[in-house]
Amino acid sequence: MPHNRFKDSAKWAFVSPALIYALIMILAPLAYTLFLSFHQWSMSGVDKPLFVNIKNYADLCKDDRFLMAILRTFLFSAMALPFELVLGIAIAMLLNRDFKGKNIIKSLFLLPMVATPVSVGLVWMLMYEPTIGIANTLLGLLGITKLPIWLGSPNSAMFSLAIVDIWQWTPMISLIVLAGLSALPNEPLESAKVDGATKLQTTFKIVLPMLAPTITAAALLRLIDVLKIFDIIYATTKGGPNFATETLNIYAFVQAFQYFSFGYASAVLVVFFLIILAVSVAFVLIRNKFRVEM
Amino acid sequence: MKAHASPSTLRKPASMYMKSAGYYIVVYIILLFVIFPFLWMVVSSFKTQAQMMDTQHFFNFSPTLRNYSDVFQRYNFTEPIVNSFAIALISTALALVLGLPASYAIARYRMTKLSIVLLIIRMIPAITFLVPWYIIFSLLGIIDTYASMILAHMLVALPFIVWIMVPYFESIPKEIEESAFVDGSGKFRTFLQIVLPLCGPGIITAAILSFVFSWNNFMFGIILSGRKTKTLPIAIYGFLTYTDINWGGLMAGSVIITAPIILISLILQRYIIKGLTAGAVKG
Repeated sequence: MPHNRFKDSAKWAFVSPALIYALIMILAPLAYTLFLSFHQWSMSGVDKPLFVNIKNYADLCKDDRFLMAILRTFLFSAMALPFELVLGIAIAMLLNRDFKGKNIIKSLFLLPMVATPVSVGLVWMLMYEPTIGIANTLLGLLGITKLPIWLGSPNSAMFSLAIVDIWQWTPMISLIVLAGLSALPNEPLESAKVDGATKLQTTFKIVLPMLAPTITAAALLRLIDVLKIFDIIYATTKGGPNFATETLNIYAFVQAFQYFSFGYASAVLVVFFLIILAVSVAFVLIRNKFRVEM
Repeated sequence: MKAHASPSTLRKPASMYMKSAGYYIVVYIILLFVIFPFLWMVVSSFKTQAQMMDTQHFFNFSPTLRNYSDVFQRYNFTEPIVNSFAIALISTALALVLGLPASYAIARYRMTKLSIVLLIIRMIPAITFLVPWYIIFSLLGIIDTYASMILAHMLVALPFIVWIMVPYFESIPKEIEESAFVDGSGKFRTFLQIVLPLCGPGIITAAILSFVFSWNNFMFGIILSGRKTKTLPIAIYGFLTYTDINWGGLMAGSVIITAPIILISLILQRYIIKGLTAGAVKG
């Protein structure tokens, strides 16, 4: 039997290099973070980490900046994700036919998401610049006199960053939906046509439900990534002005590498990790559920 | 051949033309939104600081190459370019060496649990590792070395490789390997000489994406790199701390960082689209 060839020893030999890396670079550091989260330490040469039990976690519950950061992280997702999904799906539907230049458009759609986030952040910062930026110049031409200061004001900074995220990731949703559309079976669509269904009916009653697994998977993946957003924020506002764009990722970074409170930062990271883990597990479960149904 | 002339086009050509013109206009507006920031980056990179301030003449100005020479002479961009290339290439190569056999085993031996673990690793916030790495690497004295940057960047690449390669290996018929076994080829030789050559497109996709994400990585570099190993995103971010923002220089630097990525994506777009949309569409 050839199947006897697939024995355990070979299996582990194939995965062991990756496992060793994972053990040293992933598992051990995670354990160390957990350990540190029960300690107080600023990495000063002589002092050892001081065991403080659950003090860091207790402090977190009273830390307004931390609680606000959690809220902001989800708020940011709530600002960006729905737009990305609705726009992304709509654009995919629009592009889902044969026309000249479709492939060029698809490759240009790739650019926002593969471009280096730091340079993306910088160019948006320039466009948002209140006095010399093109955003306000255009608004001025439209006759608007009360011009926003975009990233400069606590009221508008978050939304301005959400626009950047929407710009960056809507095309990805479109590409995913387009790929999903081209993989759809033809029969249901044709029989709908025969039955005299309108285009709108076909879209909402047949196409979208058939795409549901694809869209759900894309949305959850996007949610996980948007909860972790860092580069664009750090490169432009660094969490400011007045903490208005300080998400969990930024807050943890500041605690660790500006205040050097490694214990406290670790506690933030553990909570952050658990939030992402919960969303990820939901992702895996939902994905597997759809897989079975399909 | 496609059926060009459907009955409706024959009956009312004029309105159809209008409709298709309208269609193209909408498509081009969307496209303009997508590429405008890139256009803006390029246009601004050829402006002097004074031209930048002149909001009356956004497109009507005499271009200068000053910003580009500044980037290399005043801000010394050459070294970060070398660092970025070296770190992205080496970390991608090493991640492939670890990731390809692992993905193969996951696919062939149905190690679903392991694949879920790797999926979850892709989702864990990278900063969760960065704090302990920083402490450990400081103690080992390898902050600001290629070693620490490469080890860190491998983490970006590894889950991507597994993500893309597992379905790819699954799609290769088992019979091919089994006939190789019958011929007396060992498992590792079969993997190296028979399976891997069949997976060219998958490996290319995984390698490009790993390279791109390493090239773009910002967070690890802020902490783990230093004067000697600074990558491009860190170098350009360094411009910002100068009190008077040199927008032209920033944009020239941004063009230099983004151009290779854009070139790669345009040339290899088929692979990249496949890679980026893989997890969602395949279910």
